[in-house]
Amino acid sequence: MAAAAQEAIHEHDHHEESFVSKYIFSYDHKMIGKQFLLAAIFMGVVGMMLSVFFRIQLAWPGESSDFLNLFLGDRWAPEGILNQDMYLGLVTIHGTIMVFFVLTGGLSGTFSNVLIPLQIGARDMASGFINMMSFWLFAISSIIMLASLFVESGPAMSGWTVYPPLSALPQAVSGSGLGMTLWLTSLTIFIASSLIGSLNYISTVVNLRTKGMKMTRMPLTIWAFLITAIVGVLSFPVLLSAALLLFMDRVMGTSFYLSEIIVGGEMLDNVGGSPVLYQHLFWFLGHPEVYIVLMPALGISSEVISTNSRKPIFGYRAMIGSLLAIGFLSFIVWAHHMFVSGMDPFLGSVFVFTTLLIAIPSAVKVFNYLTTLWKGSIIFTPAMLFAIGLVSTFISGGVTGIILADSALDIQVHDTYFVVAHFHVVMGLSAIFGMFAGIYHWFPKIYGRMMNNRLGYAHFWTTIVSGYGVFLPMHFVGLGGAPRRYYNNSIFDTFNPTAGEMMLDLNVIITVFAIIGAFGQVFFFFNFFYSIFRGPKAPLNPWRSNTLEWTTPTAMPGHGNWPGDLPVVHRWPYDYSKPGADDDFIPQTVPLKPGEEEH
Amino acid sequence: MGSKLIIILVIIFGVLAIAQLVRVSELTAKHTKRKEEDIPENENKFNANMMLIFMIALYAGFIYLMLEYGYMNLGPAASAHGQEIDWLFDINWIIIVAIFFLTNSLLFIFAWKYVKKPGVKAYYYAHNNKLEMVWTVIPAAVLSVLIILGLRTWNDTTAKAGVEFEDIEIFAYQFAWTARYSGMNNELGKFDYKLTTAENPYAIMTKENIERSLSLMKVGELGQSGIQMLEDKLNDRSIMLSADERKDLEKELGRKERMSRLLEAMSITYADSLDELANDDVIVEDSLVLLKGQKYNFSFRSKDVIHSAYFPHFRAQMNTVPGMTTYFKFQPIYTTEEMKGQLDDSNFEYALLCNKICGGSHYRMKMSVKVLGPKEYLEWQKTKSTYDGTPWIEGNEAKLLEYYETITSRLDEN
Repeated sequence: MAAAAQEAIHEHDHHEESFVSKYIFSYDHKMIGKQFLLAAIFMGVVGMMLSVFFRIQLAWPGESSDFLNLFLGDRWAPEGILNQDMYLGLVTIHGTIMVFFVLTGGLSGTFSNVLIPLQIGARDMASGFINMMSFWLFAISSIIMLASLFVESGPAMSGWTVYPPLSALPQAVSGSGLGMTLWLTSLTIFIASSLIGSLNYISTVVNLRTKGMKMTRMPLTIWAFLITAIVGVLSFPVLLSAALLLFMDRVMGTSFYLSEIIVGGEMLDNVGGSPVLYQHLFWFLGHPEVYIVLMPALGISSEVISTNSRKPIFGYRAMIGSLLAIGFLSFIVWAHHMFVSGMDPFLGSVFVFTTLLIAIPSAVKVFNYLTTLWKGSIIFTPAMLFAIGLVSTFISGGVTGIILADSALDIQVHDTYFVVAHFHVVMGLSAIFGMFAGIYHWFPKIYGRMMNNRLGYAHFWTTIVSGYGVFLPMHFVGLGGAPRRYYNNSIFDTFNPTAGEMMLDLNVIITVFAIIGAFGQVFFFFNFFYSIFRGPKAPLNPWRSNTLEWTTPTAMPGHGNWPGDLPVVHRWPYDYSKPGADDDFIPQTVPLKPGEEEH
Repeated sequence: MGSKLIIILVIIFGVLAIAQLVRVSELTAKHTKRKEEDIPENENKFNANMMLIFMIALYAGFIYLMLEYGYMNLGPAASAHGQEIDWLFDINWIIIVAIFFLTNSLLFIFAWKYVKKPGVKAYYYAHNNKLEMVWTVIPAAVLSVLIILGLRTWNDTTAKAGVEFEDIEIFAYQFAWTARYSGMNNELGKFDYKLTTAENPYAIMTKENIERSLSLMKVGELGQSGIQMLEDKLNDRSIMLSADERKDLEKELGRKERMSRLLEAMSITYADSLDELANDDVIVEDSLVLLKGQKYNFSFRSKDVIHSAYFPHFRAQMNTVPGMTTYFKFQPIYTTEEMKGQLDDSNFEYALLCNKICGGSHYRMKMSVKVLGPKEYLEWQKTKSTYDGTPWIEGNEAKLLEYYETITSRLDEN
């Protein structure tokens, strides 16, 4: 059946395509991947700009900035001073855009689309139409989210977690009016996009593998995308229900999350709801979401590190096992975000246990990466640099998770900048490094041209230096007891002037690095867009890699990927520097020699 | 305007500069037939060395931050359980810093050492079950210890408060805090959010407050219509109402009728003993004043949205949730004066901060906290009066002081 369907797609390919069907409403997974990538880069620029705005406020509170006035106008930055409500709007939308639109839609959307069919030897996704739908729903939800920035009463202002009652009551903060309605609408559409996308990835991996591509011969990227998609399918619906109940509380007068509230002098008659319920529902997605963001990055780095160390990835089965373990455990750790929410402390102790367990598979992954590098023959392509950067940030951000997972310690650092630093390193930096590694590595396959290496080096070094420059000091701001989402830290001057002063010093350092980091991305944007049009033509297998995507007869494969027969797989994808072989790589399509062991 | 122009120009020139650099490298590549996919040895070497340099810079930065900003002048934990938390934190911190240095060093040193060298082939090494077992079991063992230690502290910290604890209620609203002491009987007066009025902002349940709220619902006051006025208005044919206005009025009427029914029920079941509970409570709006060594059981309540009561110096935090009472207990062990000495900062003061996003002025939601010795605490108490207007303490000062002194001195002995 599947083979016949693929032939049909292949036949279809011979028709002339119009501009619209080729570039806009395309069914081709590679084009959809490119669309996701470009959309995510755009959203990433917006998210980064927002963060620069509020970092300026935090470093130089009360000082007039023409830069802020230029972008935010007199409505939100009168005389160049950021409005305190808009500050919350900026952090909220920054978080939402980065987590959902860049690191979920962008990372998983781009690379699952580009790589799944190419690496498993399929002509396209199981359903091209659903795939196209997935992108356009993503685009619509992005537009709605961006539009919410321009609403008169401001965008959602209750943090990216949008906890009710704050997010349910426009009387409590202006952003909980139309801005919040748009936020919920956007997220609902986003969830639909993510769900149908994930279903498509799962069915493609399960059904459309080419001959010989056993599950145990799949590249780790595919394993990562598969598990990510499964986790997404199981957790996003819960967020959808949370959003729906919140919507009903806001519009229809229900009391799921609201109880005994007096706001703006008005006594609400909602009784019996529980805001803690929302937190349970939100984090039931929210925590798996962290791994939805992280796992594709880990998969990409496994592939990139193995290829560029010219060594098999160490412990292939352990890598799959740890992905599965992380995927499973990610569902039973959510309440570690709620140790001080007022939930039963006994429940807290259960979640301490499960949360710390997740450190074990994570540690296994790190050690396996290290052993892969050991005695390798490392080639520092820009992709490899970013993959190594990922391992470093995964370590540095992961270890502070041990403190946060410990409920007794979380009492002190909960919701301080320590948490902000922790998750930005472990999921922000790591995931974005994974994304950059993927872009540099597969750019020749996506656009048929090479990116400039030297700009890549410059991009990597400025990014990792400024990344650590921002988030390493931020841990200490948090240890100093500074709560997150504070418009400024002037309050410290009223009870501990010395700490207040130090806090401000650190905030200036952080902001300077953030601005350097933002400018560092210019290396990337320029390199990326320039190389799409003017980069040197890519050879078929530039990184001398084993996986199937490099076996297509053209550098930029057409619709259907392989014009003739689909490739047949004979071995796992990590035969690098295998003893007895002439070359230091053996593509998956090369049959085993008589007497050769698979691995 | 001038600086806006400069910003734009800087960006434009930046892009142009990169474009020129690329052009140069493009031309040299053409000239030397260099291909992007073949990384030249010198570039590879450069990145390998950068790995080592970066590692050293990272560690230098980290150590500098540790020395300079270690605990950022939060000072030693000012509560009994806080000391336990700090001890646990130190253990965890040592372990994670060790892992941080060890694994990052391996990573960057491997990256530097195993850079591609001509004639050297990578070592084909696909798996080793024993090795993998080792690095599964070691983290598991370390984590088990951390889990056990962590849960022990957590259970102590969150255990139910005993009778020796004094009850204080912290009431949170946008954007301030109020403390209510339970007074001489150490029992807080009851509350119900429906009783909130301008005269009774903390919704405390007394007979008088119930009656006032009830009359407000039924009769109303200046600027706020009661049920009667609403009914009159709806039935008055001489007033022209649009459909929307009528609907709004009907909605308000319905709400008020429900509220007044509930208030009536409250007034019927009301027992006079509840007045006694409430009348000796002491409400304090400016700062929370605590006695050194006294164990406190805080209950938290919110009027509008979720806030979080964060006492950074006491290592204490609990969300305040509308519709739900939450608890946290701690025992302050240093007076404000002692802490000033410890931190060598004469302006130091303890604080209660809001640590859950709650609206525009979230960052200003603070209450100052003072921990006093027995004498000063008693002096402060004497200036306060209870809910029904009588002085907090009457007559038995000497006895109280003696009692406070035993509490504080017991702490000093330990």
